[in-house]
Amino acid sequence: MNVDFALLVPEFLLVGLAFALFTVDLFIPNDKKGILPYLAVAGLLVTAGSAFTLLGNEGSLYANIYIVDKYAIFFKVFLPLVGVVMVIASREFVNKHLESPGEFYSLIMVSVLGMMLMVSANELLTAYISLELLSFCLYIMAAYAKREARSNEAGVKYILIGAFSSGVLLYGMSLIYGALGTTTFEGMADALRSGDHLELAFLTGLTLLIAGFGFKVVAVPFHMWAPDVYEGAPLPVTAYLSIASKAASFALLLRLFAVAFEPVIDDWKPIVAAIAALTMTVGNVVAISQKNIKRLLAYSSIGHAGFLLVGIAALSEMASTALVLYLVGYAATTFVAFICVIIYFNLTGHEKIEEYAGLAKRSPVLALALTISLFSLAGLPFFAGFTIKFYIFTAAAKEDLIWLVAIAVVNSLISVYYYLMVIRQMYIKPAPEAAKPLTMPKITGATLLTLVGVVFLIGIYPQSITGLIEKATPALFG
Amino acid sequence: MKYSMAAVAAVTLAISIYLFVAYDNDLGGYQFMTEKYHWLPGLGVTFHLAMDGIAAPMVLLTGIVMVTAVFMAWNTAPRAKDFFALFMALVCGVYGVFLSLDLFFLFFFYELAVVPMYLLIGVWGSTRKEYGALKLVLYLVASSVLVWVGLIAIYVHAGMGTFNLIELEQAGFGSTFQKVVFPLLMFGFGVLAGLWPFHTWSPDGHVAAPTSVSMLHAGVLMKLGAFGIIRVGLDLLPEGAQDWQLVLVILATVNVVYGAVSALAQRDLKFVIGYSSVSHMGYVLLGIATLHPQGLTGAVYQMFSHGIMTALFFALVGVVYDRAHTRDISVFQGLSKRMGVTASFFAVAGLASLGLPGLSGFIAEFLVFVGLFKTYPVVAVFGIIGAAITAVYILRLIAKVFFGPLDTRWKDLPDASNLEKASMLSLVAVLIFGGVYPQPFTRIIDQGIGPILDRVAAVA
Repeated sequence: MNVDFALLVPEFLLVGLAFALFTVDLFIPNDKKGILPYLAVAGLLVTAGSAFTLLGNEGSLYANIYIVDKYAIFFKVFLPLVGVVMVIASREFVNKHLESPGEFYSLIMVSVLGMMLMVSANELLTAYISLELLSFCLYIMAAYAKREARSNEAGVKYILIGAFSSGVLLYGMSLIYGALGTTTFEGMADALRSGDHLELAFLTGLTLLIAGFGFKVVAVPFHMWAPDVYEGAPLPVTAYLSIASKAASFALLLRLFAVAFEPVIDDWKPIVAAIAALTMTVGNVVAISQKNIKRLLAYSSIGHAGFLLVGIAALSEMASTALVLYLVGYAATTFVAFICVIIYFNLTGHEKIEEYAGLAKRSPVLALALTISLFSLAGLPFFAGFTIKFYIFTAAAKEDLIWLVAIAVVNSLISVYYYLMVIRQMYIKPAPEAAKPLTMPKITGATLLTLVGVVFLIGIYPQSITGLIEKATPALFG
Repeated sequence: MKYSMAAVAAVTLAISIYLFVAYDNDLGGYQFMTEKYHWLPGLGVTFHLAMDGIAAPMVLLTGIVMVTAVFMAWNTAPRAKDFFALFMALVCGVYGVFLSLDLFFLFFFYELAVVPMYLLIGVWGSTRKEYGALKLVLYLVASSVLVWVGLIAIYVHAGMGTFNLIELEQAGFGSTFQKVVFPLLMFGFGVLAGLWPFHTWSPDGHVAAPTSVSMLHAGVLMKLGAFGIIRVGLDLLPEGAQDWQLVLVILATVNVVYGAVSALAQRDLKFVIGYSSVSHMGYVLLGIATLHPQGLTGAVYQMFSHGIMTALFFALVGVVYDRAHTRDISVFQGLSKRMGVTASFFAVAGLASLGLPGLSGFIAEFLVFVGLFKTYPVVAVFGIIGAAITAVYILRLIAKVFFGPLDTRWKDLPDASNLEKASMLSLVAVLIFGGVYPQPFTRIIDQGIGPILDRVAAVA
């Protein structure tokens, strides 16, 4: 078998980078460890660049179970960039609140590796293993503040639920293998098209598979673990959980459903649509009563998982483009929100919504950035949120899901309310007497502004991104 | 900063006037059309601007109200920079709605016009400002949900893969579809136009808002709702409009009468004006509901006339409130002795409001009544009753607040500043001009509604 290792260069780079960080961390004195995040950022940028050079040399490995097409390459460029933002966003937090920074950054590298494998997986077990690689990193990262009870609790909860959901996933996969006789996506599609399979075993397996992935992407009713874990985990990790792992999981799901399960779309479309409706409704309704900004963002991210599932339920080329665009816009917007929250936490130690009172006076830039991200999450024009929501809803309506669109739009309205409640604190409520003006940290601040730029870019000139995505998604519908 | 703001506003007004004057009545249709820019080809979104005879008076209205509102907000403090930035975002949204030929962008700008209100009212407002701001934004965003679903339904059902209005006009929607989707647009846009029973955000919002924002909001923003019904509803779904004609007529009649009766019962000056806006927007909706040439012309002209008039009202109330620090009608007496100019302007606005011939309100309401008598004569009677009630509350208000012996606690009340006088005078001038020489307006409006009425007639 002829293996073209060139296709794996980005992954090899990441492995090397993870070990390099690990080793360097061992040998440099504590006061020099500030260099580690720069090393990580540089490495991730090189990785993204090397993935970009794969364009034009697409191919597949190991009997087509690992595929590097334009769709995968898009994510292989996108995900390391998410990693870059993650490293920068967590730098100060790690310095202040966490121990052993080297291992933390190594874990980020390994998790990015897991995600890069996920987007290329073209077979159930490969998908499973790469998903587990990501999950294990996340378990550790959730519990990383090891002297904090909340973080420990989050880690334990996460690993137990994670192990359980992995079990469900594996059981579903084994049933599907039993029913279809193969685990490759194309093979599954062929078997389903021929109609020559054990119907009941397949449907049970499919249901379990959906449930298992439901845990991973935090879809209702498999979501109950998420708010506690999101609240307990260190702030940057919460951001990472609700952005990066979601992006990679949806990338994988889209390929799985578009390639393997497309022939039986009528079997799963109503299920996924129902889960989407439930997820967005529960996420948005429960978010209303939250007092802690972390928890608010956690529930809002559940709501957004519901919107993303709309893109899966509406499976089509247009919906796929919409879904990927949603992932990019959502990632940029949510990172802006989280970075603001992280900066504010680093400066003041506050994370309750009422403690944001008067932020507009204390730091106009921070308040403005957070407002932009919240308006964008609420789906208001000029920001990414409007474009991505409009796109995905229109695509869904085209696939006869107008009822789901109606529910989604109402949910979008609900979200306006709770996002406004945060904005109200910042702009309308007065700052406490003793409050002093805040100074923005430089590097994180610059990253923040760049991301705000991306939020505007997708809001005003989305063609810059959709142009790329439209070249990537047809790979799924070959 | 303020001066650059004024300069931008002045240039915008100049462009608005130019667009209005340069519109070629003999040609009709959409003019000043920009090139169709494919903004998001995957979705079929184009960025495409043009102005027709309905948008023309609205553009002019926006220019006038915006400039006067900027001058009325001249001494805004604190955070004037933020205030004007949001203010301009709002104005941008308003222009965008009037000029967009693409439904995506129409909705884009529609939302853009609504959202800055939250902060404009919440930060710079008065009297229960948080309540008013939140209520306003939630009502309007909730109503835009209906619009959103309606627009997506239109896009999908047409199956042309485009949001462009001109292309969608060729789609030919089935009658069941029209019947189902038209109410989405009618109620969705209608809420912003103050349609009863979804009007309550409007008085609360206006009272809470600072003067210049009330001016812009009642003067221009509420018109977006009525404009949306005409532009999207009547134009694309004429059959649906006929199916729902009677419902709209009834609701709009309630608007007129209920708004006027409510205004009668208010103690706060601004609430009176707020409810009078609800009542007057009822005439707009009535005119639209006639689906009749005179009625529709009257509706659009009422949009213009009421916009100017209500902006003037809110400016005047703002002037009084700034100096007296109260708006309670019962404590005022004889203010005309101290605030002569303000009192006389108020009288002009009041007379325009109750439809005195010679002022633009008369022409507009007269046209609406002509249309109504030809279509729903019974309703026209109610409409005239509404106008009579308006006369009662306006005259009573003017008599109570401005005439009679001067209450001694107001003996040191200064009149409006020169800047305020100048801005208000320009509004008064437009009211009078529109009343004695309405022809430039009605001619251009006739050009605008012609094609729409043709489409309505084609399915009748």
